[in-house]
Amino acid sequence: MSSVKLALARSSPPRPTTVTGRHRLRTPLAFFLVTLALLASLVLSTAFGAESLSPSTVLGVLVGRVTDGPVTDLAYDTIVWQLRVPRALLAALVGAGLALAGAGMQTLVRNPLADPYLLGVSSGASVGATAVITLGLFAGAGELALSGGALIGALGAAVLVFVVATGQGGLTPLRLVLTGTVLGSAFSAIASYLVFRSPDPAAAQSVLFWLLGSLAGADWHQLAIPAVTVGVVGAALLAGSGWLDALATGSDTAASLGVPVRAARTTLFVLLAILVGVLVAASGGIGFVGLVVPHAARLMVGARHRVLLPASAMCGALFLLWVDVVTRILVRPTEIPLSVVSGLVGAPAFLVLLGRRRYRFGGNG
Amino acid sequence: MTAHLHAEGLACSVGQRVILRDIELDIAEGETVGIVGPNGCGKSTLLRILAGIRPPSAGRVLVDGVRLHRLGARQRARTVALVGQEQDLPSDLLVGELVALGLTPYRPPWSGGGPHERAAVVAALAAVDLDDFLDRPVDQLSGGERRRVLLARGLIQETPLLLLDEPTNHLDVRHQLHLMRLVRRLDRTVVVALHDLTLATTTCDRVLVLHEGGALPLAPPREALTPDVVNAVFGVDATPIRHPVTGDTHLLITPLRTEDTP
Repeated sequence: MSSVKLALARSSPPRPTTVTGRHRLRTPLAFFLVTLALLASLVLSTAFGAESLSPSTVLGVLVGRVTDGPVTDLAYDTIVWQLRVPRALLAALVGAGLALAGAGMQTLVRNPLADPYLLGVSSGASVGATAVITLGLFAGAGELALSGGALIGALGAAVLVFVVATGQGGLTPLRLVLTGTVLGSAFSAIASYLVFRSPDPAAAQSVLFWLLGSLAGADWHQLAIPAVTVGVVGAALLAGSGWLDALATGSDTAASLGVPVRAARTTLFVLLAILVGVLVAASGGIGFVGLVVPHAARLMVGARHRVLLPASAMCGALFLLWVDVVTRILVRPTEIPLSVVSGLVGAPAFLVLLGRRRYRFGGNG
Repeated sequence: MTAHLHAEGLACSVGQRVILRDIELDIAEGETVGIVGPNGCGKSTLLRILAGIRPPSAGRVLVDGVRLHRLGARQRARTVALVGQEQDLPSDLLVGELVALGLTPYRPPWSGGGPHERAAVVAALAAVDLDDFLDRPVDQLSGGERRRVLLARGLIQETPLLLLDEPTNHLDVRHQLHLMRLVRRLDRTVVVALHDLTLATTTCDRVLVLHEGGALPLAPPREALTPDVVNAVFGVDATPIRHPVTGDTHLLITPLRTEDTP
């Protein structure tokens, strides 16, 4: 310390915050506003769908349910409480999880173009799901078969990527990107083959719909696993946020700062694989959420993971909540896949974000 | 807060290729030692080994008698700091946040730092002459400012041993001199890889010359960088000249004339 203090004494006293860093002062305000918007959206979004309801109807049902009052209108109660509320909650959970996974992945591979599906996890899941749809695997498991197949495929793919990357020199950013991308293509090919050889033309349709993501059919029972996973993984990432900051500067620097780089990278990989696997199993593949939302969150609160992760999660929840609303009302009464909407909104948003800043790409470090 | 650095029999190879061999070092407490050598001679690799980040393929590194590569990551980071080249820094990070990363070995991974950290960051930035840069995005820094911010991160890490990889890269002449003066005044043991032979001669206590994977004996600059050595290692002609103001001996490099080139 002495030398630094000495040097300080020689120089002029530091002046207060400069203009360029001003946006960070708004961080608490940003969190407050996003929380408010999220809570309001959770309620409001349930008014939209094949059947439009007035906000007062929605509030009536919710208040009745929360206060344990009598059910006044069974039809509205079913629509709001049995169908739309669990769906809104699942949308928020999946959105939050994907944004967390995206932020984590961008740090793991040090690349702003990384998204949660980079590690081949989604392609692996699609192999599992496609196998269930076209080959009728796990038919005895009923509705759980699709999620189960997707989860098994996702985790299998993650294990394979991990083994191959480790065997070829470790979980370095470049190695992970290459291995994940190459194996992802291979898994996609397998999934396509399964669809192609299937005699059932409806199978292709349901595979496509699943690949592009959907929250249709969400019910209260499906919420527990994604909720626990997003909560636990989110907490774990937050607990390591200081190390994630160091990892984002490169492995040599992180090692020099006392981070056990290899163990930290491995843990991060496992956490992300589990998180993405569970999310894909719950909702299929949803593009652009995990890619775009972390960048938007960085603009809002900066790059430190301690604030970036919660901000990403909340923005992701908010984003997917409204994306899901649009999928319900755009072509009423038909529902369109989530990726169609998230892509239409996300792609231009990402171009704008990329355009206004100079992003560097991660190398080997 | 200084350390005694001792290395014996260090070697490093990648596959079949030997990058370094038989490196012997004994650096006293508080000494500033320069490492020079042509491009690709293994300066950065040697620093990474001395920092405990890369294990040597043979030999060992002792800091105050303790084997560096046997320390835990956290303890090691409190003993030695490495400030590398680090071309790509995370977008959207503020200068203050980047410097505060140097405190990572002293706080739990979930901690975000408090007001006392801010004071340390301000002091470290002041030490590298960047007082007003606390809240500036790292993206907007010039190459030279970037080098000094990274040095501030190394300073705040409070290690008795500080390793610097080309810290004067991208710096203008004034900041090169100021940075090296700052480094000399630090109450720490410093090992610094340098390209500029004059800077190494005028600012280091002793100089290690790397040549073809080996090292010449660690010696004071004038003995380490004789015209013969410079000619053999770098392939250029140098003439020792007495500086008319300071009286120090400098190496004057003879330029290649265009008619000499084949």
